[in-house]
Amino acid sequence: MIVKVLGSGCKNCLKLERVTRQALDELGLEAAIEKVTDYPTIVGYGVMATPALVIDERVVLSGRVPPTAEVRDLLAGAPTS
Amino acid sequence: MTIAERVPTSTRGRWGSLTTVAALWAVAYWINEHIWDLLFYDLLEMSPEARLTESLHFFFYDTVKIALLLTGIIFVITVLRSYMSIERTRALLGGRREGVGNVMAAGLGVVTPFCSCSAVPAFIGFVAAGVPLGVTLSFLIASPLVDVVAVGLLLSLFGVKVTVIYIGAGLGIAIVAGWVLGRLRLERWVEPFVFETRLGGELIDSTADLTFSQRVQMGGEEVATVLRKIWPYLLVGIGVGAAIHGWVPEDFFTTYAGADTTFGVLVAVLIGIPLYSNVAGVLPLVGALYDKGLPMGTLLAFMMAVVALSLPEMILLRRVLKPPLIGVYLAVVGSSIIAVGYLFNALLG
Repeated sequence: MIVKVLGSGCKNCLKLERVTRQALDELGLEAAIEKVTDYPTIVGYGVMATPALVIDERVVLSGRVPPTAEVRDLLAGAPTS
Repeated sequence: MTIAERVPTSTRGRWGSLTTVAALWAVAYWINEHIWDLLFYDLLEMSPEARLTESLHFFFYDTVKIALLLTGIIFVITVLRSYMSIERTRALLGGRREGVGNVMAAGLGVVTPFCSCSAVPAFIGFVAAGVPLGVTLSFLIASPLVDVVAVGLLLSLFGVKVTVIYIGAGLGIAIVAGWVLGRLRLERWVEPFVFETRLGGELIDSTADLTFSQRVQMGGEEVATVLRKIWPYLLVGIGVGAAIHGWVPEDFFTTYAGADTTFGVLVAVLIGIPLYSNVAGVLPLVGALYDKGLPMGTLLAFMMAVVALSLPEMILLRRVLKPPLIGVYLAVVGSSIIAVGYLFNALLG
């Protein structure tokens, strides 16, 4: 599974990364979180509100930091590859 | 534990706890009106006329009042605005011509949930999707200038008339400045990569499929985030306001910056540009200055300069705009604000 956090390093991007890390740990999943800070790449995903979460190249969330439980569901719901 | 995890998920429990919180809020607001009179005048037996008492009373009363107002306003507005999204705004603006586009962009700038930290991706996303530069700038000017939190605070602190003037002036500036900047054909001063960006991926709407409790959770998170970020500004703003309230002589400001002084607005805007604060930090100060007889036009211009023209925002925009365009942007928006200041001093003075 490839997990990416899109955002230019603002506070909420760091927060989303932390929440995602925690969700991965709770699920016992081994996955690196790649941080994407390059603006053209971010917009290339169709994202205009940061931070955004991308799982296996699919944008699953943008413009907010959800509670850990929600990220856990998103990660668990992703088709395993 | 985040706020969301404490929000009950059943519908009845959720409405129940929302009602309870609203009731607690109202009680706290009511107590604040009386508790400081009781503490300072009755318990500590301080004289209501003494300067120190006046300043202390102003400080504590205003801090609690503004914190409560902010909490309520930010929460309600975040939940309401979560029904709009930046993606929908772009869809509405796509293919609009200048003129109509500027008017729509300014209006949408007010109601779209938007954080200045997303200014760059939003700018690229708009321009790459074919929204004209001037229309995009109208959106980016209106969003911080007619900040909904500012509007809510103004309404509670200064009443309907000032608030309507503020909204009208802010929208007017965003429309006119965006239109002028569009007419100037400044595309050559936009970083070229913006036009080369390919919009890919499947577009997702950032707020479309949220449940109501997710929106409530967003509201709670937003209140916490904003208060954590702005409390130093708030305390400094109220502190300076309190000092002015108690110590600055009545006629000090009217002598040096009254409606009849030529340079009042100009000076206010020049002081306001480098000052970076949140609107919540500026308003207590504006309130204290207004009580001392400073004209509303000058104060509105000061407030607008502080919130709309800030160094951090310019540094962000530098990623997509070349320095000459940033210079023109500052000049056009700055002079619009100055014009509005003089206009309202003349109309209201």
